[in-house]
Amino acid sequence: MFKILKKEKLSNLVWRFRIDAPRIAGKRKAGQFIMLRPTDESERIPLTIANADALQGWIEIVFQVAGETTTVLAELEEGESILDLAGPLGKPTHIEKYGKCLCIGGGVGVAPLYPIICALKEAGNEVVSIIGARSRDLVILENDVKAHSDRVYITTDDGTLGRKGFVSDVFKDLTGNGEKFDMAIVIGPVIMMKVTTSLTVAAGIKTYASLNPIMIDGTGMCGGCRVTVGGETKFACVDGPEFDASVLDWNELVMRLGSYRTFENQARDKHVCRMKGTQV
Amino acid sequence: MTEEKKAGEKRFKRIPMREQDPATRGRNFQEVPFGYSETEAIDEAKRCLQCKKPLCIEGCPVNVKIPEFIKLISDGKFAEAAVKIKETNALPAVCGRVCPQEEQCEARCILNKKGDSVSIGNLERFAADWEREKGEITFPELKKKNGKKVAVVGSGPAGLTCAGELVKEGFEVTIFEALHEAGGVLTYGIPEFRLPKSIVKKEICYLEKLGVKIEKNSVIGKTIHVDELLNEEGFHAVFIGSGAGLPSFMKIKGENLIGVYSANEYLTRSNLMKAYKDNASTPILKAKNVVTVGGGNVAMDSARTALRLGAEKSVIVYRRGESEMPARKAEIHHAKEEGIQFNLLCNPVEVLGDDNGFVKAVRCIRIELGEPDASGRRRPVPVQGSEFDIPCEAVIIAIGNSPNPLISMSTPDIKTTRKGTIEASEKDGRTSKKFVYAGGDIVTGAATVILAMGAGKTAARSIMEDLL
Repeated sequence: MFKILKKEKLSNLVWRFRIDAPRIAGKRKAGQFIMLRPTDESERIPLTIANADALQGWIEIVFQVAGETTTVLAELEEGESILDLAGPLGKPTHIEKYGKCLCIGGGVGVAPLYPIICALKEAGNEVVSIIGARSRDLVILENDVKAHSDRVYITTDDGTLGRKGFVSDVFKDLTGNGEKFDMAIVIGPVIMMKVTTSLTVAAGIKTYASLNPIMIDGTGMCGGCRVTVGGETKFACVDGPEFDASVLDWNELVMRLGSYRTFENQARDKHVCRMKGTQV
Repeated sequence: MTEEKKAGEKRFKRIPMREQDPATRGRNFQEVPFGYSETEAIDEAKRCLQCKKPLCIEGCPVNVKIPEFIKLISDGKFAEAAVKIKETNALPAVCGRVCPQEEQCEARCILNKKGDSVSIGNLERFAADWEREKGEITFPELKKKNGKKVAVVGSGPAGLTCAGELVKEGFEVTIFEALHEAGGVLTYGIPEFRLPKSIVKKEICYLEKLGVKIEKNSVIGKTIHVDELLNEEGFHAVFIGSGAGLPSFMKIKGENLIGVYSANEYLTRSNLMKAYKDNASTPILKAKNVVTVGGGNVAMDSARTALRLGAEKSVIVYRRGESEMPARKAEIHHAKEEGIQFNLLCNPVEVLGDDNGFVKAVRCIRIELGEPDASGRRRPVPVQGSEFDIPCEAVIIAIGNSPNPLISMSTPDIKTTRKGTIEASEKDGRTSKKFVYAGGDIVTGAATVILAMGAGKTAARSIMEDLL
């Protein structure tokens, strides 16, 4: 059992949980994830570790309520426990002194991006961050990102905060002004990553993307998270979750993420109806 | 017919185990065989000749005292029979169900010469079930605590056996399991209809009552490293029984389409995550037409699971012939009875999908068998131009696994083979690293439950030698 020490609402649909997990907190490095199962009836889902304190023995996760499991998770309260939680899984982000780094996060993807921003900054890099969301109330961790970046740009699709448009638009502005970057990391919804990384790659920037494909065990056993990288099948859980965006088969990833869409929609609707006490 | 002749005939004919009717069981997840009644068990036990030099024991990787427990059954001493088995085998209800007895103990039975061998597996299962169901579980006497701590990595058959052996000898044993449920392949892999999970749970519970601690959600190599177990967490020895690991794929076109599963994923969804239940949170594709690729027990389990999940047509595609199939004869027989179709001597060359990326067919090529290869089986040779399509919405790849790299990556001084399996002596389970032992699929590559148990037992003996 893993106790929820603190529960915070970051936006309408996004929550941050601080969880007591000393072993994981002591081991985790930026870019790694955990698998969790809120209750005995739940699915196992992967979530990237958003922050951790090795001394105090806690980790933080940030998640957006999207399906049945995240709905159930969001219903847990401070002081209650998450039944199962395992990690830290996956390979850590490769951190070194690249020079000038571009960190681009979309929606809830800003959460896994945040520890990478911190680690890059700590390694002596100049960090330029671009964070975006659909709307003002979905922009998360703005202050945290600002505290560890040299410069931060914010975008919203509807223009309610920062520049109106997409994170990719900011990138176009920056390169249009002749700015150069030595490395880029992009985390967010898969379409956003596909579009944005195509631009950074075209600009000749070494670009990584952190993926969040469908997984069950998260330790290499099921192969459900397989992605094609440079024509080769890789397992995101043990070979990733970060991959060189220039050789990733984005179309296949988008396709595979849709495997259970019908099921997911039904499950969420069913759960919401149960909560409201009505039958589907 | 004289009485004597009748008795003689009885001697050579085994008592069959009653089973669910194939048409019914193909649609439910309940166990296929019902088990022996007390009378049936006694009658079957009486067939045993009680050989002075019992060959059956030699055929058993954990050397169960077979004639002794069978004698106890024939005398109606069922509880004592169960205790006798547990002297050497911590998981009798599991082994009675999934061991390939026909290749091991039963293959060595002297009765084979004139008729059927004694149904040793069925009798083992009977004794274990009787004890469990009657609630009269007895515990062996444990030796006094010896102050030594052993960490066991993985709670599958190898780990459970190793832990069971050591705890009886007075060791303090902790098993570290990566998943949220203990049992390894017994829990995530073998389906309910072949091995009910309630039985696995009870056998694990038995070990916990003996004093074995199980820490779930602990991925050794990630959450804790082997060196930390030895240097910081106070363990005197580590046994690695982490299992078969990463599923292999065929490396053919279309293999990442939606609806292509590894057998590991398909079975884990169904068994561990209970996706076969109507209200499950974990989804599984309930396809009408399913093709399973492979010829082992895992392929049989997958094809039969697909049928139970509502497939109208569940087809096995295997590149060799039936006699070359590595699956147990009984499993092939059960699968056939249930209506699984066997498409032998053909091999997939491509998975075909629709515009949205969902599987619509598997393209296969006919195979002819050529000269024997390194494994002694005749080499499959594709027949040019013989391609044909099998329409389906799901494809399950059950062609084996490669070893999980998490431990070897995090502990480089444990030597591995070229294939990535951990190098450990078959004789004693010792690895290249002092006080680290290994056994089961992580050493041998995918094999059987009982071989893993044998390896767990062997390693436990070495740990006793080295630490006491």
